[in-house]
Amino acid sequence: MTVNRRYPDPDIVIVGGGLMGACLAWGLSQQGLRVCVLDEGDIALRASRANFALVWVQGKGVGFPAYTAWTKGAAGAWPGLAADLKSETGIDVGLDQPGGFTLCLSDRELQASVDALERLHNQPHAVAHPYEVLDHSQTKLRLPAIGPEVSGAIYCPLDGHVNSLRFFRALHAALKVRGVDYRPGHAVAAVEPKEGGFLLKGPWGEVRAPKVVLAAGLGNAHLASMVGLEAPMKPSRGQIIVTEKASPFLRYPVVTVRQTDEGGVMIGDSEEANGASLAIDHGISSVMADRAVRMFPILADLNVVRTWSAFRVMTLDSYPVYEQSQTCPGAFIAMAHSGVTLAPQHAYILARAIAAGAIPQDVSVFGTRRFHVPARA
Amino acid sequence: MFRRAPDRMRDQVTFTFDGNPIVAAAGDSVAAALLAAGIQACRTTPVSGAPRGPYCMMGVCFECLVRIDGVGNRQGCLVPVREGMKVETQKGSYALPAEAGQ
Amino acid sequence: MMVGVESAQIGRIDDLAGDYDVVVIGAGPSGLRAATTASEFGAQVLLVDENQTPGGQIYRSVLRAQEADRRRLGEDYWRGRAIAEAFLRSDAHYSPMTTAWSIVPFHGESGEIIGHEVGISAAGKTRLIRTKQIVLGTGALERPFPVPGWTLPGVMTAGAAQIALKASGLIPEGRVVIAGTGPLLYLLAAQLIDAGATISAVLDTTPKANWRKALRYLPEFLASPYAIKGMKLLCSVLRRTKVVRWVSSLSAEGEGALKEVVWRANGREQRVPADILLLHQGIVPNINFSNALGCEHEWDERQLAFRPRVDKWYRTSVPGIAITGDGAGIQGAEAAALQGALAGLGCAVRLGLIDIESGERRAAPLRSQLRKASRGRAFLEVLYRPAESFRIPQNPNTIVCRCEEISAGQIRSSVDAGAIGPNQMKVFLRTGMGPCQGRLCGLTVTELIANERGVGPNEVGYYRLRFPIKPLRLSELASLPQSEAAKAAVLADLADTHPPKNGRGERL
Repeated sequence: MTVNRRYPDPDIVIVGGGLMGACLAWGLSQQGLRVCVLDEGDIALRASRANFALVWVQGKGVGFPAYTAWTKGAAGAWPGLAADLKSETGIDVGLDQPGGFTLCLSDRELQASVDALERLHNQPHAVAHPYEVLDHSQTKLRLPAIGPEVSGAIYCPLDGHVNSLRFFRALHAALKVRGVDYRPGHAVAAVEPKEGGFLLKGPWGEVRAPKVVLAAGLGNAHLASMVGLEAPMKPSRGQIIVTEKASPFLRYPVVTVRQTDEGGVMIGDSEEANGASLAIDHGISSVMADRAVRMFPILADLNVVRTWSAFRVMTLDSYPVYEQSQTCPGAFIAMAHSGVTLAPQHAYILARAIAAGAIPQDVSVFGTRRFHVPARA
Repeated sequence: MFRRAPDRMRDQVTFTFDGNPIVAAAGDSVAAALLAAGIQACRTTPVSGAPRGPYCMMGVCFECLVRIDGVGNRQGCLVPVREGMKVETQKGSYALPAEAGQ
Repeated sequence: MMVGVESAQIGRIDDLAGDYDVVVIGAGPSGLRAATTASEFGAQVLLVDENQTPGGQIYRSVLRAQEADRRRLGEDYWRGRAIAEAFLRSDAHYSPMTTAWSIVPFHGESGEIIGHEVGISAAGKTRLIRTKQIVLGTGALERPFPVPGWTLPGVMTAGAAQIALKASGLIPEGRVVIAGTGPLLYLLAAQLIDAGATISAVLDTTPKANWRKALRYLPEFLASPYAIKGMKLLCSVLRRTKVVRWVSSLSAEGEGALKEVVWRANGREQRVPADILLLHQGIVPNINFSNALGCEHEWDERQLAFRPRVDKWYRTSVPGIAITGDGAGIQGAEAAALQGALAGLGCAVRLGLIDIESGERRAAPLRSQLRKASRGRAFLEVLYRPAESFRIPQNPNTIVCRCEEISAGQIRSSVDAGAIGPNQMKVFLRTGMGPCQGRLCGLTVTELIANERGVGPNEVGYYRLRFPIKPLRLSELASLPQSEAAKAAVLADLADTHPPKNGRGERL
């Protein structure tokens, strides 16, 4: 086993080695910083391990137009990210952005989707994204495998997906190439501001650095207040079904059904606000499986090999939080549910901002101040 | 590569493997019936296309996957062979009906 | 409920009750005895099993066996008949050719676990069955034997050959090589020779050093019934075929199918043409259910495997879940049957069918028989401990995960890249994510990571497994009952657009 790089005095410590932490670590190392990533062990909540791998624009940003822009920017920057990772690690992350569908199984469902998109586009300062509303036969032309119960669809040409496991692996390979000091099995119990920097402690010992980024997903909840930050979150449990590999049948990702480039079909995703445990709820699996079979009847005999549930990194209003601490400058927090879609923004823009020591104007809308002002109607 | 003890030649059933008729004993699993007929490889893998054949015969290795009566990826060692059953090599991943292809 | 031998077998899972006192999974000696015993005390029992007839792997097809099978397979096999017949005489319901794929708890008002729902599937139909107590009799698996070429058609486990012999009277033909270590190796060789097979060679991979280490357990072994049986077996095999000892490396070669077996012994490489290679290096607990259930497990350094923690009634750390037989640690068929009886008795006590004092009184003789049955196992475990080089592949090209075709070298380099445990390894390489769900690579991946990191397997841990632990069709999953809350979780305020379903899941 080769000895991994160890910085006794890193310039910056990132707490969390999921998609957020890894993107930031990679970006910060490109800025010439000596980066140390402290990650948990093999068993942890790890929302990054349970994602649905969509690069998704459609419908994003109702009540928050800046988020539509941020997401559109991310989707546009993805080809560059994929190319950079490919050239640095040789790993193809399987980015495919042919546009994506929301399939509806009743006219009312279709109408609800259309209404939501209209709300998005009619709000003040709206940022538009292209979309088409399709009826059954128009949908059938592009998705021949749909069943008779599909009443229609929304199509957005900006949507796509990646192979999220290969993306995760590519990021970690890139961290190695860049000489990032990645330390798994280093869960952080405490962060203390100390002598103009930060001291991070855990059962494994301690590390000191002038800057720290909390990218610990759900773990941010207990770390944030230690350095004058906030991590306002709400519980959100999702469940996913994965099938065995099948021959290609789905050219485009559907928001609840996608076929990976390896052939497996992923079906999701549910949301519960009160799920306290990660035990699988077969009722939810049943609804998801039933809808998938009604959308694509040819999947009926396909074998399910796995179901799983995970807690999302869901902020109170479900939009990202990026912020520098006012009371402890040099401490940053970064958390977002859409760690795949937003990856290029985190790897490039946010990492540069953190390296520069200031969150720019257009990103600062994602600060926690928004939770403290009365909502504009 | 296997032969059957003469005392175990009981009620016979006939099924087909890739179109060829095979005589088996009632009660045989599909995988056992294939081994008795000298067939060692019953599938190719979805990853590399390598041939594979029954390995554990007790339902845990998923190497004896075959297509049975049109349904892919059935565990041959757990399905009893039946008269007239249509068994086929499982070629790579589960083949969805062709009309769905694009 | 009075159910005769014929009617005890439930033809379709639609005919099963929705609720049982006890559900037993697996019809090997432990499951059969657990079901029979619990039923004797008046519990409503359901036993589900994947095979066509009771017996598990050790007594596979024993009720269909004839005198010729008895001669081929021996008296130890034949003994399974009595256990299977006693079960069929009991009032327990029996659902053969049925796969249990999930167990999820259901909770009482204050959040405590008051029972479990078992997901079962047969002939394309699926149901959730409620029960107060569960006994897992899910037995053992062959320990992975990752050598170059072990994925070639023609290479099988020794257990597979034995199952083919028991279930269908199949006898390997052509050039047959048996390789590995453990008592089953010689038992199988003897059974196959008795059945008329020609064995080209038995390649014994037991390391020389094991003999010295096992010596201190020899007196206890000599006093056990294993000793005489073992010596007889060994002599019978040595007399009738070529046995190569001190085999230190092994590979299977061929394009598309096995052609040759290559090995190294006493510093010399040798090869023989072969049509069938049967591999065996012991068996390990099948922990897929107990792992997915979240039961606590521990690494057993002598058995080189994880096993669930159980108490004297074979209860796991999860209330209402017992595990018995080889699934709780390898002890053999005789011990498994006794453990099954104890677990069945434990269920009767917990269901209030007998009081704890009578339970203990009835358990005492079983426990003393169990101690007797376990004598001599220490010697076998130490002697037949598979060599490290056969558990932790040194050749980087050796396939470890057969489903995703991941090699030992890829796993080692991913440890270096930060995958410090099997679950991170899944993310890096997809190991264990194929249909076998890690059954054939789990222990190898754990030991490889441990080896690479220089720590113990206990620190590395095992895959965290997920339901369904056996594949089921998407349409079967779709047929399960759907609560309003479940619909709301998927569709939020559109839940009423999802067609209503009745309790069984068929659309109204």
